[in-house]
Amino acid sequence: MHIDLTDQPIDITNALQLAEDDGAGAVNSFIGTVRNQSTGRRVVRLDYEAYDSMALHQLRKVAEQAQEKWPMLRQVVVIHRKGTLYIGDVAVIVAVSTPHRAESFAACQYIIDTLKQVVPIWKKEFYEDGTTWVAAHP
Amino acid sequence: MKLTIALFGITREIVGRPTLELTTPDGKSVQNLLAELRQQYPALGKLSSLAVAVNNDYATDDTALHERDEIALIPPVSGG
Repeated sequence: MHIDLTDQPIDITNALQLAEDDGAGAVNSFIGTVRNQSTGRRVVRLDYEAYDSMALHQLRKVAEQAQEKWPMLRQVVVIHRKGTLYIGDVAVIVAVSTPHRAESFAACQYIIDTLKQVVPIWKKEFYEDGTTWVAAHP
Repeated sequence: MKLTIALFGITREIVGRPTLELTTPDGKSVQNLLAELRQQYPALGKLSSLAVAVNNDYATDDTALHERDEIALIPPVSGG
């Protein structure tokens, strides 16, 4: 298991290598990038803020839950950025390896979906004309 | 007891500080803490959700708080 929260650019090649395993015939990854618009407004940049100790603890728990649900999971890699990101930057990568492909898709989706629900990381979007903490208000 | 509550994201902006200190009877519940904070800072009541973390895990409404706990307010998360 490789879990990280970093203010440095994410090295995708390295992350995928960390997910490789001799016992796995499948490596599946999800890469989240910064897009140039949100709810119809032009995004210029965004800031990710994290509660570091809890975020790492919760990321580890999500990875462990995935390993319980799919015991055939070999490697789990989750790396999330914090700090200021610009359009096209990689915000998060999830990569998993399993003997067969079906479980790798399922486990990868479970990890990114659950991360977005429980891991204490917050995104503030900066537009040409203002800012918003994403999802803060109904 | 004295509680120190860490604030992140929009809660830090609402309160205007990175931490809040409260003096309160020992064993205060999460539910009571949230009620008190929402009264003091009405903007907290307008968030989509507001959770409390104790020692890096989500606490339930009836979790009792103690002076040595690491406590944080968790506004709606938006990682990924």
